[in-house]
Amino acid sequence: MTTAHRRKSYGVKGAPYGFLLPATILFALFFALPIGYAVWLSLHKVRVVGLGLGSGARSEVWAGVENYTDAFTDSELLDGALRVLGYGCIVVPVMLGLALLFALMLDSDRVRLAPFTRLAIFLPYAIPGVVAALLWGFLYLPDVSPFYYVLQKLGMPQPDLLDGGPLYLALSNIAIWGGTGFNMIVIYTALQAVPAEVYEAAKLDGATPLQIALRIKIPMVAPSLVLTFFFSIIATLQVFSEPTTLKPLTNSVSTTWSPLMKVYRDAFGTGDVHQAAAEAVIIALATLVLSFGFLRGANRRNKQEAAR
Amino acid sequence: MPNTKRRRLLVRGAASALAITLGATALAACGSSDDDGGTASGPVSLTYWTWTPGMDKVVDLWNKGQGKKDRITVTVKKQASGDTLITKILTAHKAGKAPDLVQAEYQALPTLVSNDALADIAKNVGDARAKFADGVWQQTTLGTDAVYAVPQDIGPMMFYYRADLFKKYGLTVPATWEQFAETARALKKKSPGTDLTTFSASDSGLFAGLAQQAGAKWWTTSGDKWKVAIDDAATKKVADFWGGLVKEGAVDNQPMYTPAWNKALDTGKQIAWVSAVWAPGTLTTAAPDTKGKWAMAPLPQWSDGENVTGSWGGSSTAVTTDSKHKEAAAKFAAWLNTDGDALNALAKEGGIYPASTSAQLSGAFTTPPDFFSNQADFYALAAKIARTTAPSAWGPNVNVAYTTFNDAFGAAAKDRSDFSAALAKMQSATVADMKKQGFEVSE
Repeated sequence: MTTAHRRKSYGVKGAPYGFLLPATILFALFFALPIGYAVWLSLHKVRVVGLGLGSGARSEVWAGVENYTDAFTDSELLDGALRVLGYGCIVVPVMLGLALLFALMLDSDRVRLAPFTRLAIFLPYAIPGVVAALLWGFLYLPDVSPFYYVLQKLGMPQPDLLDGGPLYLALSNIAIWGGTGFNMIVIYTALQAVPAEVYEAAKLDGATPLQIALRIKIPMVAPSLVLTFFFSIIATLQVFSEPTTLKPLTNSVSTTWSPLMKVYRDAFGTGDVHQAAAEAVIIALATLVLSFGFLRGANRRNKQEAAR
Repeated sequence: MPNTKRRRLLVRGAASALAITLGATALAACGSSDDDGGTASGPVSLTYWTWTPGMDKVVDLWNKGQGKKDRITVTVKKQASGDTLITKILTAHKAGKAPDLVQAEYQALPTLVSNDALADIAKNVGDARAKFADGVWQQTTLGTDAVYAVPQDIGPMMFYYRADLFKKYGLTVPATWEQFAETARALKKKSPGTDLTTFSASDSGLFAGLAQQAGAKWWTTSGDKWKVAIDDAATKKVADFWGGLVKEGAVDNQPMYTPAWNKALDTGKQIAWVSAVWAPGTLTTAAPDTKGKWAMAPLPQWSDGENVTGSWGGSSTAVTTDSKHKEAAAKFAAWLNTDGDALNALAKEGGIYPASTSAQLSGAFTTPPDFFSNQADFYALAAKIARTTAPSAWGPNVNVAYTTFNDAFGAAAKDRSDFSAALAKMQSATVADMKKQGFEVSE
């Protein structure tokens, strides 16, 4: 009896750890370990002796923060960050503004063909980013685009969308086209969860549909707006596939157009994984600070409002 | 563990027993040759990373013929071409798991050798040397006594033009670059919407080939030091020439290999292309409606009476240091690139232009490519041009020079600004990268 009792209590005590084990192992193997390896790589560099030909000519040595100082002094990384900032200033407000507008319109009483419209707006999200970029890339190329053909026939000016300022619009357009539907669904789902009696009360008080939208619906879905904003910031900082896909079509997109493209170029183009690792760590930290900074700011405001 | 080991032994024992009975006669026939190492100790299987289409069919010839005799089986693993494969090979090599054989472009050999990924096979393939032009062979030795690869295909550069449209616009085929510029200007006058060609900032290999023709030697060594001369006088001449043409609008400034470029070639909006021997294949897919309308001529020269060309593309077969059967692998590499049947199959299945000089005029190369059916002497002329290829000089970080080319020349072509400034950027970025890695560099 005693042994059985002891075994039983031991089993119960160990059970939580047993349940934790799979998650802990997976976390360590596929999250902590790769990150740790990236940090390790970023603190090392390759050292070549002599002509660097033959065996033993290359070794990995400790570099300290050299890769990091290189990353910060290389103007390309900062320029890339600024380009992405400019791109984000177009994408995030326009995309979320449209998503909110579409969600409110779909939620209004007078909407027709709601399921079809909802699907139609959401559909571009289902198209992979690379395919979307290729599709739009063909439409942007004056020599093959049907739009340019029509503009030419009408005698209208044909702007070069793959150059200078318009390039930002061209890239933003791809992201907005692809991302609006997803954000709309998130906001729309939140709107569906608002209890009907809230609207009834507002109507009894004589609120117009516009007032209901501005004063009730938008504040009620504020948490969803915060969430979509949060996702959008991360997606913007990580923009990669659209400019990479457009790159071969034009001279205007360099191999280091966005910070992630620079990481890719350093790792696979110029073969310096150590430099690429340092840049990846910097980008990850910047993303973390920016997105969680925003989230904390938003939460604090929510709490203050709740306290009021 | 012991279980698997035993099973492996059993399998190997059975396989060699089978091979011994099957190949007894073959062994007796070649028993006296100096085969040692891998081939003598039993059947060998090799892995080969390549991007050449149809390579599996060529390798089948080996596996059913020579390879069966020597008990060397080769398995093809199809790869993506270009720089990503280099990264993949180096990553695999870091883990000690690189395949036995790899396909590598000539300019990538120093990078691979510098990472100690390629084995010296001079002992095994030394006899093959006579089959190749000196300039081609020298690329696989890196100027040392070692041999790091066997040349497979080459890309001597040529001038392609629309014969019908040249006639229509009253243009003559330029023999010098000066005439090339005049032709471009004359065309602009006659048909402002048409370009002779474009300067493509996405094709670093094309620019390197043009510089090579002008006599540039981008990387050289003296003692324990590398000398980097990307902005030497010869390359500057090439850069300024194309920069001038782009600036005055005599040629287009948009990249090649885009849907827009395909359309321009197909509709006669661009009527010439500075390219290499493999151009017929590209034109077949890029400009299908212009079949039979093109002609090929030698590349324009920098001075009258000269006869030099550069190369754009071309690759070799190398044995890795990770291979456990280097001799067997080297034997296959030599067969693949010097045996007549193998080269015929490579030309037919893979569409490559062989580096082996004897193969350049036999088999598939006795009739012109379909797309150039009007030019009966296409391959005879090509072989003649191939012999005039200038020597090339690759270094351990061609990839850095190439990516910098894309960005610097891309921006310069877009703004139609000074190309020599872009060239200076290419030089400084390449030197900076080598210095960072610890190479001794002199400029």
